[in-house]
Amino acid sequence: MLNVKDLTGGYDEKHPIVKGINFSVEKGQFLGVLGPNGSGKSTLLKAISGTLPFNQGNVQIEGKSREEYTAKELARKMAVLPQLHTQAFSHSVRETVSIGRYPYQHRWLSTWTDEDESAIKKAMESTGILSYEKQLLENLSGGEQQRTYVAQALAQSADLLLLDEPTNHLDIEHQRKLLDMIRLEVVQNGLTVLSIFHDINLAALYCDRLLLLNKGEIYAMGEPHEVLKEHFIKDVYHTTISTYPHPLLPKPQMTLMPEIKGERKESVPIKAEDIKIRDEYVELHTTSPLKAFSSAVHNAGVGWYQYFVNRTVDAEYMCDDAHDELKEYLMEKGFSPTNTVAMMTAVPAKNAVVRQFTSDETDIVVAVTAGVGNAIDIASAYKREDVFHVGTINIWVFINGSLTDESFMQGMIAITEAKTKAMYTEQIKDVVSGTIATGTSTDSVLIAATQNGPFYEYAGSATAVGKLIGRGVYETLCTALQDYKKAKEQD
Amino acid sequence: MKKIVVGYLVTLAILLLSMALGISAGAVKVPISTLWDKNADEVASNILWSIRMPRVILAGLVGASLAISGAAFQGLLKNPLADPYTLGVSSGASVGAVMTLFFSLSAPVLGMFTLPAFSMMGALLTMFLVLGFAKLVDKAMKMETLILTGIIISSFLSSIISLMIALTGEELRQIISWLMGSVSMRGWPYVKMILPFVIVGTILLWLNRRELNAMLFGEERAKYLGVNVRRSKLTLLIGGSMLTGAAVSVSGTIGFVGLVVPHMTRLLFGANHQHLLPLSLMNGASLLILCDLVARTIIAPTELPIGVITALLGAPVFAYIFFRQRKG
Repeated sequence: MLNVKDLTGGYDEKHPIVKGINFSVEKGQFLGVLGPNGSGKSTLLKAISGTLPFNQGNVQIEGKSREEYTAKELARKMAVLPQLHTQAFSHSVRETVSIGRYPYQHRWLSTWTDEDESAIKKAMESTGILSYEKQLLENLSGGEQQRTYVAQALAQSADLLLLDEPTNHLDIEHQRKLLDMIRLEVVQNGLTVLSIFHDINLAALYCDRLLLLNKGEIYAMGEPHEVLKEHFIKDVYHTTISTYPHPLLPKPQMTLMPEIKGERKESVPIKAEDIKIRDEYVELHTTSPLKAFSSAVHNAGVGWYQYFVNRTVDAEYMCDDAHDELKEYLMEKGFSPTNTVAMMTAVPAKNAVVRQFTSDETDIVVAVTAGVGNAIDIASAYKREDVFHVGTINIWVFINGSLTDESFMQGMIAITEAKTKAMYTEQIKDVVSGTIATGTSTDSVLIAATQNGPFYEYAGSATAVGKLIGRGVYETLCTALQDYKKAKEQD
Repeated sequence: MKKIVVGYLVTLAILLLSMALGISAGAVKVPISTLWDKNADEVASNILWSIRMPRVILAGLVGASLAISGAAFQGLLKNPLADPYTLGVSSGASVGAVMTLFFSLSAPVLGMFTLPAFSMMGALLTMFLVLGFAKLVDKAMKMETLILTGIIISSFLSSIISLMIALTGEELRQIISWLMGSVSMRGWPYVKMILPFVIVGTILLWLNRRELNAMLFGEERAKYLGVNVRRSKLTLLIGGSMLTGAAVSVSGTIGFVGLVVPHMTRLLFGANHQHLLPLSLMNGASLLILCDLVARTIIAPTELPIGVITALLGAPVFAYIFFRQRKG
């Protein structure tokens, strides 16, 4: 659809702003152009659209050189929406959109065909502005105005749409609505779009491909995951970022790393005595948030939290919505639900075992509540059909150090393996299969780190921290299991 | 009925009514029936056909020219305060006209059209001068920059006119009253003289009605819509200068008609040039016919210059628009 070959140009022939640009956009594709201020994004758009002459190179639209089109022919093929400013006189929405039909109008006659009418109706419908077609542009909000301008460009019925930061000055609702609408045109009607973006995340969400400009040259081009790389962004924008997958969509996203020094409080190392055993729960409150990976009931997954709660519930605890019930409980007890990870156990809080383990370079705290009435051999679990029971082995591991995602995962593995070994040592059996149990049916695990102090790239059993986790969990759990057995015998 | 159709009907009705009033009212009352009554009073018929009628038509043409060129200038420059008078284009046209009279110029081919043609040239040159200078000062050509440039150039040109008058002495005294704006004692020759300019100028502007609409969204966007921006701009400037030149060559500088009429018309019927141009044209004609009527009757038998009446109306409107734009 659009072919740009070896494009070099700018305002001054001797100092071209864009240099040797080569790319093409297929029909029905959405290309996002990224780059820092002054990287030549707008210049590139102007050179493609023909506002700026270029020194060398070629712009082809549908296989034909742009210069071969007359002004009106070009306007029927390509609609360009530059960044617009406020106007002196206000048209109504309908009039504004109608102007998009200019390239189809006869110079002498005032004709308005059915085709013109249906084109503007369609454009207003798809941008969602049909309901205020009679209103004056100046009385609309920024988002509605922007959508009106986009409708004007759509009314040109062109196959190619070039946009310069269409979501500038819009709030996220209007950003989403506008881009959803453009994306829909791309997907449903095969519109080809080239758009400049300031917001890298928005571009990654909506574009099929991204083009990253740096100092007038293409630095990177490809699918969002190929362009949105930490070292690319660092090179081009001189800013440290961290990328992460979109939580629900297969799209990469990024977030900034502020470079303000001394902003984050030095975290105080966690000690065994910091873990308080209350009547109804075991609690840890830290001075600064810890990064936690967990399979807890409340706030499972990854996150930063300051409160950790292991709550004792009745053995008969049954609740349709344990999540809501637990959340209400936390609020009742004065915990902030968004700053707390919580799990549940049938074991009384007073039976919790808390230990601190230290090696030369590493320091961890382990807290366990264990009850094995529900013990199960994972290899034979398929033979059983259990209803939901309250989790009975809950393990917390706190690490005074900084962990990578990989270390967190390896830490999880180490915890699980140590748990299985402790079950074996204590000869805890699956009552159905008669084999040694590997855990209970609803165990929870949490591993959290201060993300301060020593850095652990790995935490497998070959590393000091992995070894400490294995030993710590094994020993603490054995103690807890022995306590459990003693308590059972006394009953 | 659609609002715009009502607009055209009402505007047309006002124009006809103004013409009827302009023809019949005055020192001597002439019944409107004189128009078609073959047995009408000879004197009345004479007054009507050789004095009142050309005067009303001339006032109408001048008002129409100023209003439609004002509408076009405002649209082209995206500036609500632009009109031939505030931009200094009227002064340029005056210089062209005064020079023609001063040097008793008569171009062989142009004949009786020498005066409006030179007037138009003066207008066009001034237009380019004002735009060029304003662009040099401020690339964005803000509203105030343009108006200030208009004032600077207009004052300069006025002083040139004063100089020429001072140099000639008695016989150009009448130029002074002409400069203040008047359509009195002109008659049919003047109507014939400016009519072609008014028609051609109006057509040039009308042809660019859609381009004017597109250019309201900025020249860049207009270009992307397929508008030949250079050609349209040039055509509009030539058309506007032609109309201004024509108006000034018969009646001197009449201020604010080109400002007030498009503004009011836009408030009532919207900014779409397809309707704004013809409606401004008609309303401009009505306004000037009525102003002329007031000018010649209010302190009869003395006649006021028509420019006094339009300035009396126009200056407050100018102030109001400026205030509103600033308060935004």
